[in-house]
Amino acid sequence: MPEEILLMDKITKVYPNGFVANKDVTFSINKGEIHALMGENGAGKSTLMKILFGIEPFEEGRIVLKGKEVRFNGPLDAIANGVGMVHQHFMLVPSLTVAENVVLGMEPKKGGMFDFEEAVRLTEEACNKYNLKVDARAKVEDLPVGFKQKVEIVKALVRGAEILILDEPTAVLTPQETAELFVELKHLKEQGHTIVFISHKLHEIKELCDRITILRLGKSVGKANIADVTEADISRMMVGRDVVLKVEKTPAKPQETVLKVRDLRIVADTGKPIVNDISFSVRKGEILGMAGVEGNGQSQISEAITGLLSYQQGSISVNGVDLKGKKIREIRELGVSHVSEDRNTYGAALVSSVKDNILSDRYYKKEYNKGLLFDDKKINEMTDDLIKEFLIKCDDRDDQVKMLSGGNVQKVVVAREFSNKPALVIANQPTRGIDVGATEFIRKRLVELRDEGTAVLLISADLNEVLELSDSLIVMNEGKIAAYLPDASVITDMILGEYMLGVKTQTPEEIARVAYD
Amino acid sequence: MSLLSQIFDLLLTPAFAASVLRITTPILFAALGGLMARRCGIMNLALEGSMLTASLFAVIASAFAKKAVLGGVSAAQADPALVSKATTVGIIAGFIVGTLAGIAICMFLAYMAVGLRADAYLAGLAINTMATGGTVFILYMAAGEKGISSSLDSCSMPFINIPGLKDIPVLGEIFSGQNLMTYFAWICVAVVYFIIFKTATGLRIRAVGENPNAAESVGVNVKKVQYQAMALSGLFCGFGGVSLSMSYVQFFSRGMTAGKGFIGMSAMNLGNASPVGTAIAAFLFGFFDAMGNVMQSLAIPVQFVQAIPYVATLVGLVVFAIASDNKVKKLKAKQGK
Amino acid sequence: MTSKQIERRFEIFKTVVAVLLALGLALVVISFVSESPAEAIVAFMTGPFQRASRISNIIEVMTPLMFTGVAICILYQANQFSMIGEGAFLIGANLCTWFAVTHENWAGLPLMLTVMVIAIVAGVTVSIVPAVLKVKFRANEVVSSIMMNYVILKISDYLFYYHFRDVASGQQASFPIPAQIKLPKLIPGLRLHAGIIIGLVLAVLAYFFIYRTKWGYEIRMVGANQNFAKYSGISVLSVALSTQLIGGGIAGLGGAVEILGRYDRFIWFGTQPGFGFDGVLVGVLAKNNPLLVPVAAFLLAYMRTGADVMNRVSDVPIEFVDVVQGLIILFVAAEMFLAKYKHKLIVNNAKKQLEAKEAAK
Repeated sequence: MPEEILLMDKITKVYPNGFVANKDVTFSINKGEIHALMGENGAGKSTLMKILFGIEPFEEGRIVLKGKEVRFNGPLDAIANGVGMVHQHFMLVPSLTVAENVVLGMEPKKGGMFDFEEAVRLTEEACNKYNLKVDARAKVEDLPVGFKQKVEIVKALVRGAEILILDEPTAVLTPQETAELFVELKHLKEQGHTIVFISHKLHEIKELCDRITILRLGKSVGKANIADVTEADISRMMVGRDVVLKVEKTPAKPQETVLKVRDLRIVADTGKPIVNDISFSVRKGEILGMAGVEGNGQSQISEAITGLLSYQQGSISVNGVDLKGKKIREIRELGVSHVSEDRNTYGAALVSSVKDNILSDRYYKKEYNKGLLFDDKKINEMTDDLIKEFLIKCDDRDDQVKMLSGGNVQKVVVAREFSNKPALVIANQPTRGIDVGATEFIRKRLVELRDEGTAVLLISADLNEVLELSDSLIVMNEGKIAAYLPDASVITDMILGEYMLGVKTQTPEEIARVAYD
Repeated sequence: MSLLSQIFDLLLTPAFAASVLRITTPILFAALGGLMARRCGIMNLALEGSMLTASLFAVIASAFAKKAVLGGVSAAQADPALVSKATTVGIIAGFIVGTLAGIAICMFLAYMAVGLRADAYLAGLAINTMATGGTVFILYMAAGEKGISSSLDSCSMPFINIPGLKDIPVLGEIFSGQNLMTYFAWICVAVVYFIIFKTATGLRIRAVGENPNAAESVGVNVKKVQYQAMALSGLFCGFGGVSLSMSYVQFFSRGMTAGKGFIGMSAMNLGNASPVGTAIAAFLFGFFDAMGNVMQSLAIPVQFVQAIPYVATLVGLVVFAIASDNKVKKLKAKQGK
Repeated sequence: MTSKQIERRFEIFKTVVAVLLALGLALVVISFVSESPAEAIVAFMTGPFQRASRISNIIEVMTPLMFTGVAICILYQANQFSMIGEGAFLIGANLCTWFAVTHENWAGLPLMLTVMVIAIVAGVTVSIVPAVLKVKFRANEVVSSIMMNYVILKISDYLFYYHFRDVASGQQASFPIPAQIKLPKLIPGLRLHAGIIIGLVLAVLAYFFIYRTKWGYEIRMVGANQNFAKYSGISVLSVALSTQLIGGGIAGLGGAVEILGRYDRFIWFGTQPGFGFDGVLVGVLAKNNPLLVPVAAFLLAYMRTGADVMNRVSDVPIEFVDVVQGLIILFVAAEMFLAKYKHKLIVNNAKKQLEAKEAAK
């Protein structure tokens, strides 16, 4: 009989803005298992884990750890009781060394002073014990992502974590790094640790986990042994129906070139080149997908095209107009729309109203002004029309955007960016972190735009999304194009994976075809 | 003699060099206070108000303590031994109470910004407003005056003649015979370096300032660390306040900080919150301030001369920005081609 | 009720509590320090309304606060925390006086308009320094504007002392301001002058500017999210720059109105008059909405007048108003002030709605 190590019983959490994140959620895990926690974005997984870790207070329910009822008043409490957490966004201090990060909060001291050598020793000891290889003296800011994650795991283990929560740990990893992580996690399990594994990726969960709990809309809707369920079962439980995010689309009829990028080079502030002499084109009426592990230059390319980032070399043109030295407004006037990957930073002003957010690319135009003042009637009409057309769920146009759900915020962004008859849409991670309904809606709109003759550059780390939507594909690896795949419909994720990881690279001649010269 | 050579004559004297050290003192303290706050992620605009409050309380406490020891006898008539004892008590009381007042003000800002999550800028400005009026109010209550604390017989921190050094020409004139607070300020630079880089608390302060979420996730009590750092910030502001009203002058006058808190803040920015860089920048501002002082004897309108330290601060901000821009440009240019 | 409505009502409630609490604390302090607390408190609270001349005085005191208050509203809408209003006000008043006393033979209206324009231009000009330092060199505008204010004070002192000081007046004062450009008195027998009307018009214009024009929209978006503004094609730097210049111009105009309305001579020498800092309180109380500026300015002017009355009949120095003023800013700015109460309201409300929903099923 497996021993229940943790029970979260009937947990209810209401956020200060009135959002009910968890409603009577029950979550139980056994000692020594790897337990998957699944659910769509916004289903309440992260909130539940934050409650467990003492970061968020909760209104109702109880937590029973090893048979004793506990209530953690902060991470310190949780850590002291053997609960450790590796956050989705790393909780590391970049300018400090690995050892300093590991011992932060429990610093070894000698004569009242911080004992750095002892910190290094402690770190190396833990690394050896759990077979995690990290240089204790390296500065965290110099480490690649996979290693930062290891630092996080070491941090938790050094603090005596018996239960280790991993919040979407593989989202930032390459497949190799993921494989390495799984080996390490299984090793930890053998040593008696219990692991809560949060992920969206069904095959990972099938491979790694023993049991699964599924949340939907803030409630627990299912619990099972992994061996007893199929991937289809799980996805049905998650969304309450079979998700087939198939987007109906006809073959593309590409016309003349709209976006032309030639020999583009972008150098970071640190002096490191991020985008290395790449060339490609996007044609009217096609969706060119740009696949790749995040951080391989995709974001910089999208920012360079839309004028947010300056580039050192090469040229970018839209419908024959060179963008060099053009202001963002001038680039937008050429019909370039931009769905930024970071909607909270760039895509929307969260404290402003839905109306003000939709207005931001057109407020200065004649049609919305009457003399010196705004033409409020026209602006309100336009806003209300878009709210209706894009199915934005809000009380009215004066609602603050921060009160909306992630999917609706993204719909506000898309309503603005898709409604000005764009010649070119740069869609960077357009459906990341939003609910299925909004995802489906946005994907459909992208195809519609294509059919209306818009050129679309779709940047996405979601392989399903790029494969599903793109007509043709380029794959980015380390700031370069690793492959051009003219017909996306015949590509499998296996092939894509090899190019993404740099296992395979096409010849320069093959890649040069994407310039259509 | 041309104006320029007159200026050089004034600047090339040991007396001028000594005055630079003297004038740097409160600026350096303020800069160190700003540094501690910045390291824990708080913009402490209340440096000014904190120093001002400290200098008032230092004067009041030292005067009252001295008076209490003298027991109603006027200093002129009392037994010299008693006067010397009263002065010692006054010095200690002024130093302690002044410093505590400085800490109290910065802790108040910390409570506002950390505890009640007020905008630190606004809270800092509000506290400065309160300090400006509050000090006059309290001065009036304590001494019946509103401008200057001339009726309070307050003390001065001792001036130190360094044996051996004081007899060396030039060097002795510059470095010996300064007020205790001046030497103390430079010792504090080392202390700050030690705290920030060599202690566990310093490690936590740096972590909290750079990534509070990371610190919190490993159980560091972010608020507590911020309160600690702000208490240290207040400690140095307190020292700064004491150095204003209890060393080269022995009185409090309304608004006597005259922007030194903000100049210190700028010095900290120029020094990029590193203890040594901050100290160098503070010294530079002290130099210009001192220059303004000696040039008052020249045939230039005094107001222009008085504006020098503030103009120097503005120029300093620009120089710093250009220097850091150039660094990035160079790095980029290297890779661009 | 929606959470949105609760939030809105709560904000008003919080501001009122902040003001009352600060005043309450003031009363406690008064009763401790004063020999005759009852008399002092009565003088403070009701004194300002006891005579028509005092009501007129409140309005006179609030007039300059409206200018620096509106300036702060516009600046804070764009998240520009420049304190240049202080210096702009002073230099506006200074140059306006200088020009007026040296051109006393001009006719009234042309001279009046000229000195007002001079004051505006002066305010704009001094604002350029912190604004350019911010947009070009990313220097913190709070620190640089405060440094600039000291520089302006010295410039003002110099100009006054060497160029238009009336040595014969027997005090630190300028030559008298020509009578033909003094703002008209509104009510015979009272000092109340037309400056308040200019201030009210300004507040209304500023409201329309911020909420109903494309320029105001740009300012609001830069304040709401600078990255979003940039991404949308708004030139963040030029908005930051022009906002700071507009703020300086308005404060500069305030300096002229104050001189022409209230004073016979320019008398600010050696210290900053402090209207810029008062503007921060007015802006914060008005929640950066120019339409609320008159209310906020009135409140501060009422406190000032009350303290003044009290100062005359009792032994409490007027400076304690600065403390009250600071406290109000702190209470209003403190996000967590009364936050527990707010959270309770919202949680209860959400629960109720949830129950209603479940019941409806």
